Amino acid sequence: MNIVVCVKQVLDPEMPTEKFRLKDNQVIPPEGIPLVMNPYDAQAVEAALRVKEKHGGKITAITVGTDESKEVVRRALAMGADEGIVLYDDAFAGSDSLATAYILAQAIQKIDAFDLVLCGREAADWSMGTVGPVLAERLNLPHISLAKDIELLDDNLLKIERTIPDGHQVFEVSLPAVLTVSNEIGLPRLPTGMGIVSAVRKEIPVWSNQDINADVSLIGASAEGSNLLNLSIPERGRKCEIIGGEAPEEVAGNLAAKLRAAGVI
Amino acid sequence: MAQNSAVLICGEQEEGKITAITKELLGVGKMLAEGLDGNLSALIIGSDIRESGEEAILYGADNVYLADDPLLSEYNPDSYTAAITQACQQIGPSVVLLGHTTMGRDVAGRVAFRLGCFPFMNCINVDMDPDSKTLVQTRSVYGGNAIAEMVSKDSRPQLATIKPRAMTPLEPDSSRKGEVENIKVTIDDSVIRTKLVSTTKEEVEGIKIEDAEVIIAGGGGIGDAEGFQLLQDFAKILGGAVGTTTVPYDEGWVPTTSMVIGDSGKTVKPDLYIAVGIRGASQHIAGCSESKLIVAINKDSDAGMFKVSDLGVIADYRKVLPPLIEECKALLGG
Repeated sequence: MNIVVCVKQVLDPEMPTEKFRLKDNQVIPPEGIPLVMNPYDAQAVEAALRVKEKHGGKITAITVGTDESKEVVRRALAMGADEGIVLYDDAFAGSDSLATAYILAQAIQKIDAFDLVLCGREAADWSMGTVGPVLAERLNLPHISLAKDIELLDDNLLKIERTIPDGHQVFEVSLPAVLTVSNEIGLPRLPTGMGIVSAVRKEIPVWSNQDINADVSLIGASAEGSNLLNLSIPERGRKCEIIGGEAPEEVAGNLAAKLRAAGVI
Repeated sequence: MAQNSAVLICGEQEEGKITAITKELLGVGKMLAEGLDGNLSALIIGSDIRESGEEAILYGADNVYLADDPLLSEYNPDSYTAAITQACQQIGPSVVLLGHTTMGRDVAGRVAFRLGCFPFMNCINVDMDPDSKTLVQTRSVYGGNAIAEMVSKDSRPQLATIKPRAMTPLEPDSSRKGEVENIKVTIDDSVIRTKLVSTTKEEVEGIKIEDAEVIIAGGGGIGDAEGFQLLQDFAKILGGAVGTTTVPYDEGWVPTTSMVIGDSGKTVKPDLYIAVGIRGASQHIAGCSESKLIVAINKDSDAGMFKVSDLGVIADYRKVLPPLIEECKALLGG
């Protein structure tokens, strides 16, 4: 089973909220906080590793980015992926989710004999969640979103359990296929020391548009499908009254009285 | 197709009844259609679903198209993608809205790709700009740290999925009239590459989190599954439901993600939201910030949750919840 996992580098979603700053409708990257692998993509890498452990095969991690994006591919290698590719070209800069899916599709078709493509459920920055489904359209392959358990039934049939609100569904999907991975698969594994060492030694090729021949009218900032009118930090602050009291019983009594007075209990 | 459908909502039905998100889409769709001086149409897919079409009229649709076919009786991402794409092509609306549901998440990007337009996913608001007559989509981005307002450049239709419970449905009005007609879509067997084997609904005990007027939510500070039992006891006394952040699921303290509140889970607006042991990541706050009264209970006085709360208790929840439960019991005459 040859698996391609699409990964993206994002601003650390766990960074303190007060470090998040905007200027002229753009996010100012906070100093001293490195970019990280999109946590949902890390779960896609985890899902790929689980499939590989069961059925064998090879995992290739791929990203659209800059030369610095080698770091996110290296992270996937350290977790246990076998190969990595960075797609970097000036023509790719400013690509939106649809263009990114197209660039990935062009590249994935150059990777020989892939069976399965995995993406995170969405990116933690723009949260569109459209790269996976549109990639499937571009590759003319079936797609299931929010896969939780992936099982190979035979050479070209997968059984997928996916999460739905308040339950789950089971699908059978012919291979090759594209899946987005549910956050219900849980925490992804951390790289091992050995994984980190071998990832550092690994060559990560950078493919430019010469390698994948994307139609330049469909990619980059000029092909963007949307305009950003406004980006703002929401005002959610409230004036918090701290409930006083000595013993926990007293505090509890004071809080209950407040809730009663507010008419909510 | 002489219905002047300015706005088309892709509704969903379960056993012949339109779902809550469908009513919400009809409510916001009506407002957008008025902004375009056009009609609001609803598309409903399934088999033997005429009744749901009549119901959509009561909730605001000017007319309803039914893709009513035994082949569409069960949800399938491939056949529903094809059906919605064909319906959009025939109806030709300026705006297409779907719920950000299992179906919306599966099909919206693919339908948009086939129609040659740009999909805006999981919008928390949509508005019609009165001058340009373009749809302004509002989305929560960067894990709830920022709000983005976006518009389609020039591709049409303008297609968006709407976050469940972000919109308010209209009151059903039995005086409303509208045509319910069938629309012909052709589903070729060769496009079906996925097969739905089974759907399992997990029955949630007690009141559903999306219907609860009181929510007791626990975060990483709860520490273990037993702690959640204490929250359950509290919720039961108040007639409410228990929610969580993502941490308790990842740690295995709660069994499903169906209780997760936030950007990656559900949006709730209860009268009372009690956040217990919740640090207050933007990701979580984005899902509960519109609650009427927010209470934070946390032993860490620096927790960001206090900044978005009306009332705060700086204490270990294990010490303060048991007497609080007793006080509430007494007040409620239990």
